[in-house]
Amino acid sequence: MSEKKQQVSRRQFLNYTLTGVGGFMAAGLLVSPLRMAIDPVLKESSAGDLANVSLAVEDITTEPTRVDWKIDQIDGWYESQVNKSAWVFKDENDEIQAFSPVCKHLGCVVSWEGSEDYPNEFYCPCHDGRYYKDGTNVPGTPPLAPLDVFEKEVRDGMLFLGEAKPKGEA
Amino acid sequence: MLQKIYDWIDDRIDVTPIWRDIADHEVPEHVNPAHHFSAFVYCFGGLTFFVVVIQILSGMFLTMYYVPDIENAWKSVYYLQTEVAHGQIVRGMHHWGASVVIVMLLLHTLRVFFQGAYKKPRELNWMVGVLLFFVMLGLGFTGYLLPWDNKAYFATQVGLEIAEQVPFIGTQLKTLLAGDPSIVGAQTLTRFFAIHVFFLPAALFGLLAAHFILIRRQGISGPL
Repeated sequence: MSEKKQQVSRRQFLNYTLTGVGGFMAAGLLVSPLRMAIDPVLKESSAGDLANVSLAVEDITTEPTRVDWKIDQIDGWYESQVNKSAWVFKDENDEIQAFSPVCKHLGCVVSWEGSEDYPNEFYCPCHDGRYYKDGTNVPGTPPLAPLDVFEKEVRDGMLFLGEAKPKGEA
Repeated sequence: MLQKIYDWIDDRIDVTPIWRDIADHEVPEHVNPAHHFSAFVYCFGGLTFFVVVIQILSGMFLTMYYVPDIENAWKSVYYLQTEVAHGQIVRGMHHWGASVVIVMLLLHTLRVFFQGAYKKPRELNWMVGVLLFFVMLGLGFTGYLLPWDNKAYFATQVGLEIAEQVPFIGTQLKTLLAGDPSIVGAQTLTRFFAIHVFFLPAALFGLLAAHFILIRRQGISGPL
């Protein structure tokens, strides 16, 4: 045999082949479990429907008011009704604002004028997080972002709210 | 009789050298509290392992009653805690052991750190130890949710918000952990259960094996 023909020896060829076949088998074994594990990340969100929160637009004042409503939530195989809430008011331009009450620090619940020390602000009791009336976080307090804003729509004079999204994205 | 059984097995598969490699070796004097009482600091690693064994055993028995389902998880824990004979003890072992294991692990880490035992040639074992620490924290985090009470739920809520702060992949990481982009619910509980009883223990066993093989191979660090 000439030099050229021995560039890949029989032993090397078998090693490569077996490694390749073994690799394919291992990959084939792992693809489905891994795809299954990451499914929630790749699944399209089923949310998107706006819900009637039973609040007439004409009843909304300039004072933030807590609005509670229920939505049908689907969590995998488990369907349930869950409570949602928002702080709703009309700003100085007569536009409706609907803020999520979930603090952007660690997810506690904020309330309008929740502390007597901080009038005219949203206040989170967990770590003294504060937000101005327009939802912007007060600099120097724990939250690092403004309160989330609900997707909203007015149909027949009633307020409909959807998902809360970070301010600017809604 | 026992000796005969042992001889019969040893005759065929020669287990004595295996036993010698695993357990039958001299403990250096500077590590032996019988010689120097202050050597008790060398016990923390072994104590960590001891508590881990307790966690594994008590956890195995807890799964005889526990159900990772949001309707029944809390009820099953309540039942085993109040109705099952000695259930309170077994859950107590698992509950308190979870804290004790972290304490022991930290004491062990402090000993290794302040004695400089992590230095060459033992850097790799330090790294394995750090990975073990992360696995332990993961076990603590995932196990905390399983009773599905208010404390568990909101602790997980906060933990997931923290995971979401990871740059770039935070949102995906949270969804991967929770099983849903916004809900902490049925899918979160099954995921945390699977991670708590299968994935992390598997990682724990592998890392522990590496930790022990390395310490046997390199020997314990010399006296100060």
